[in-house]
Amino acid sequence: MKKLINDPANIVRESLEGLALAHADILKVSFDPVYVVRADAPVAGKSGVISGGGSGHEPMHSGFVGRGMLDAACPGQVFTSPTPDQIEAATRAANGGAGVLHIVKNYTGDILNFEMAAELCQQQGIEVLAVVINDDVAVQDSLYTAGRRGVGSTVLAEKICGAAAERGADLAQVAELCRKVNANGRSVGVALTSCTVPAAGKPTFMLGEQEMEMGIGIHGEPGRERLPLACAREIAAAMTETILADLPFRIGDSVIAMVNGMGATPLMELYLMYREVEHVLRGRGIAVVRRLVGNYITSLEMAGCSITLLRAGQELVSLWDAPVLTPGLRWGI
Amino acid sequence: MAIGKHEVLLWLEALARVYGENRDRLTELDSAIGDADHGVNMDRGFSAVKTELAANVPADIRSVLQAAATVLIRTVGGAAGPLYGTFFLRAAAAAAGKQQLETSDLVATFRAGVEGVQARGKAVAGDKTMLDALLPAMAAMTAKLESGGALAEILDAGVTAAEKGMLGTIPMQARKGRASYLGPRSIGHQDPGATSAWLLLKTAAETWT
Repeated sequence: MKKLINDPANIVRESLEGLALAHADILKVSFDPVYVVRADAPVAGKSGVISGGGSGHEPMHSGFVGRGMLDAACPGQVFTSPTPDQIEAATRAANGGAGVLHIVKNYTGDILNFEMAAELCQQQGIEVLAVVINDDVAVQDSLYTAGRRGVGSTVLAEKICGAAAERGADLAQVAELCRKVNANGRSVGVALTSCTVPAAGKPTFMLGEQEMEMGIGIHGEPGRERLPLACAREIAAAMTETILADLPFRIGDSVIAMVNGMGATPLMELYLMYREVEHVLRGRGIAVVRRLVGNYITSLEMAGCSITLLRAGQELVSLWDAPVLTPGLRWGI
Repeated sequence: MAIGKHEVLLWLEALARVYGENRDRLTELDSAIGDADHGVNMDRGFSAVKTELAANVPADIRSVLQAAATVLIRTVGGAAGPLYGTFFLRAAAAAAGKQQLETSDLVATFRAGVEGVQARGKAVAGDKTMLDALLPAMAAMTAKLESGGALAEILDAGVTAAEKGMLGTIPMQARKGRASYLGPRSIGHQDPGATSAWLLLKTAAETWT
């Protein structure tokens, strides 16, 4: 294992200390329990929006704390959901009196911990609504699985819900928007290499030099199938077609498109992939109205990328364009 | 022999050692079908329980179990944190007011814990989860209690059933948790949660008999 770390046991804490030092103008970090919160929280009268999940996906979620996006984030250990005491403390810190939305990715651990936290908050009289993101088309949604995983749409939901809350939407409206993003967003990922959980010290899985894992999860969970490596054009086409068929997207739809790096793939390759994705979408009569290319929901040092498409009308696009000031996303300010 | 506060403390202390020793094994099992952190999380959680109980010794069995639950919920994370946390929380409630757990109390306490896990995780037998070790253990312990078995026999029956249940997860296809994403590819791997649940009982038997 080659990583720029001191001790695997301290990686999350030391990284958050760095985040706090680097972005003191935007956010504060609490360490007991651990959560990241907007520097000016709580904003009186504003609906709060928080999220959380295992660490190792940076900039999600801590890097999306700031004006126009999240009020707070709860980072767990690497790939491990945060604990109820963290989520409860973050909810209290984010509550400006108008209640707090929990944006939860669909993983068993995240669901259980957020549920326990919501119970604790409600006992204290804080109104909490939770929306679960489950946009990964690689996983079959049936009675016999934990359901689809929450991946790329989470980033878009955090941006859009944060913007709505900033504009004064009440908690129910913000939650409704979150459900709308989830209902209209779909993602799929591909891995070229594994990632190494620092505490485990060795790669989570092995991929041969000429193999890729299609449908990879963001924790190195294996995906749909292991395939021979193909060229970017073929990979992008296969991924995009899988997403399009799932919603399904239709001719004339407008979408916000994200090509996201898993951590070790250079931006050069991500833009190249974006070129291929937009080409496929044009061919299918789908208009890309906004795009985001870069590393936003990563999986440690995994190589590969994910593609997210969100069918977006004027309301979502307008919220997407609203000003945002966070370590990971900033525009319009 | 009945189980008092001292025995419960010894068990929890032994669990810190056992999960430390099995940290890599559990993480390896979790790498195959999960996210490679179960051993690390259990080790972190039960080490913290040991530290907490050494610093502040609670007054009775109930508060010992409650303190363990609170620490586990705070430190384990993942799905295991709320599930084991709920196990100890419900067990604590069942042990309320008791200075000694007779065999029937012990089985009732264990049953309350297992029912808590069921309620929290909403899994059933055959889903390839920790319940596949816990449910058969609960049934075996209840049967042994009803046929008049002594503590050692009850625990032994529980451990044997849990081990069989744990091994029985190998051919199962996961229907809950992260392993369920693998579909048929989860077949052929032993469930890490069922393994840590078996260790929980095995350590109780080793500590108390």
